[in-house]
Amino acid sequence: MRIRLKRSDYLRILEHARSGLPDEVCGLIAGRIEEDMHYVEKVYLLDNPDACPEHFSIDPRAQLEAIRDMRSLGLVPLGNFHSHPSTPARPSDEDIKLAYDPSANYCILSLAGDEPALKCFRIERATRTTRETDVEIVEYAPLPRAFQN
Amino acid sequence: MTLVVAGNSKEYPDGINLTRLIELEKVETPMYVTVALNDDFVESGGFESTTLKDGDRVEFLYFMGGGR
Repeated sequence: MRIRLKRSDYLRILEHARSGLPDEVCGLIAGRIEEDMHYVEKVYLLDNPDACPEHFSIDPRAQLEAIRDMRSLGLVPLGNFHSHPSTPARPSDEDIKLAYDPSANYCILSLAGDEPALKCFRIERATRTTRETDVEIVEYAPLPRAFQN
Repeated sequence: MTLVVAGNSKEYPDGINLTRLIELEKVETPMYVTVALNDDFVESGGFESTTLKDGDRVEFLYFMGGGR
């Protein structure tokens, strides 16, 4: 499975993470699924009600509002993202413990290194198994096959 | 009756409640799911007593959080 993200959306996530420092920030991603490719077509930059450098949560009201918007646009929820201001882009124990949705992509943007690092994972909390998903950041996202011609 | 579940319109037996819908939809880890019915949240203690009607829209939302 792979995730394709437009560079402009990646830069929005990065700016959201930087402007939220020192706290973690979060959001949702939505798009279309075609075979093993997840096309991110919309990014929702959300507030972190925890307002904390070490924790985030997504407000269910904001989540529902985003889901409603996704449905109206014909998009499907693809997962979420959050930032790690000072730790690597890997799921922490807390991330794994709270990864309740086995179908979601859990993306983490780390600002800890010289360069930002974005990685996405599928997480099976029962077995504490994480599997990294390839992320392609593209200048321009071609239309999914179903929308061509 | 027709319900719109997670954006998909499908037929379900008349008069089922939310508990039965969760079973029919094979929702994973249902204890961690918040249910929105027609854009209002349903208390988890109220799934059994919430009977669905034709045209209802249901979303299953997982808590999302983590840290560090």
